[in-house]
Amino acid sequence: MTDLFSKFDPIIEMRRGLLASGVEDPFSLVMERVLSPTVAVCNGRETILLGTYNYMGMTFDPDVIAAGKQALDDYGSGTTGSRVLNGTYAGHKAVEQALCDFYAMEHAMVFSTGYQANLGVISTVAGKGDYIVLDIDSHASIWDGCKMGDAEVVPFKHNDIEAMEKRLKRIPEGAGKLVVLEGVYSMMGDIAPLKDMIAVAKANGAMVLVDEAHSMGFIGPNGRGVAEDQGVLDQVDFVIGTFSKSVGTVGGFCVSNHPKFEILRLVCRPYVFTASLPPSVVATAATSIRKLMHAGDKRAHLWENSRTLHAGLKARGFQLGTDAPQSAIIAVIMPDLERGAAMWEALLKEGLYVNLARPPATPANMTLLRCSLCAEHSAEQVQTIIGMFERAGKAVGII
Amino acid sequence: MDRAATAERIAALIAPFNKKGVAITDASTFSGDLEFDSLTVMDFVAAIEDEFDIIISMNQQAEIETYGQLIDAVVKLQN
Repeated sequence: MTDLFSKFDPIIEMRRGLLASGVEDPFSLVMERVLSPTVAVCNGRETILLGTYNYMGMTFDPDVIAAGKQALDDYGSGTTGSRVLNGTYAGHKAVEQALCDFYAMEHAMVFSTGYQANLGVISTVAGKGDYIVLDIDSHASIWDGCKMGDAEVVPFKHNDIEAMEKRLKRIPEGAGKLVVLEGVYSMMGDIAPLKDMIAVAKANGAMVLVDEAHSMGFIGPNGRGVAEDQGVLDQVDFVIGTFSKSVGTVGGFCVSNHPKFEILRLVCRPYVFTASLPPSVVATAATSIRKLMHAGDKRAHLWENSRTLHAGLKARGFQLGTDAPQSAIIAVIMPDLERGAAMWEALLKEGLYVNLARPPATPANMTLLRCSLCAEHSAEQVQTIIGMFERAGKAVGII
Repeated sequence: MDRAATAERIAALIAPFNKKGVAITDASTFSGDLEFDSLTVMDFVAAIEDEFDIIISMNQQAEIETYGQLIDAVVKLQN
């Protein structure tokens, strides 16, 4: 008998080698207690959280929690059904209306996760004979959406406008085209030149989908994302987003002004063939989204945190993913996986949690310590974090 | 362009990617013999696409395992 698991031997070996060096397992951390959006007890230690996607710190907002509790009382713990059968409650319509209001768009469709939103929209909208032109550093959910559909998939070099244009121009006459971009790329924390890229896409007759998962609530005058910030949101055909980052719960969505958008509810399999979100989740999401519409002060503080951390780490000699802070993600580039894991562990012992990102999730096979800031991190916490990085970096010999 | 002329141009393009100087035949595999990782594949495919002004989609790349299959595919895509 061929053991179907033998294909996993290389990764089993890599993991064994890493743990044999004595480091705590970076991929089995347990949050034993969560004290606030920025502090938890992990592996018995009180820890500052710098590796969550809780950018706007909404997870403990009293109004958000109250809305969730009320919905649990009023509607129960779950819908036990598909959105197109028994799984659409008043709360699902309310959160879709909140999204329409937040983005000032006509249509919103809520999925059970952000992953499913990309999977569903991309695989459904681009069909046989159509072409998907996408950035090579796209998120796994975008790649999986491509793989699930029947379109021809054509990647181009990260943020390379000329490479994208060349590929668009080579697509056969008359074929449908979908350009897929992200506002913020989550590994390095860099943004896309959406204004120029979308202009090129439109000039070549493509429809445009932008994943704004890591920018919602934070980037742009109204927190609508990088496309809004660059003044081209009206050119975007489909915005994909998530409730599991700034919104602070779980779920995914697509907003659009396409006049036929609503038909997707009947033809999009990852929307149809799964249970809808629990009533408490959509209630917390709707409340959070409406509060994010008026969160200018929090946005300003989050930018301040991002600038302070970026400047502090740069001054101490760390190599960062971007020359200037472009988002709430600051990626610290590690020389290799071994020292990356050692640094990760040294930070954890200092009382700081960051994300350890390693190949194949990272571009150019880099090992990264990914820091994601929160609007609820105080200025003092950010200074504490910089001090922790300095001590850990010296102990591990990275700076 | 016929197969021989196409093969000649691809041979020139692959040289900088063949870092170990592997002797390439039509049967050489990209992932095995040439040890191309995903980043090398992307850069090499982009070089071929630009040289011949074609698209080799990911769907088509999945069918191409050997050097000979690549030449055949590029010949076909030019027509």
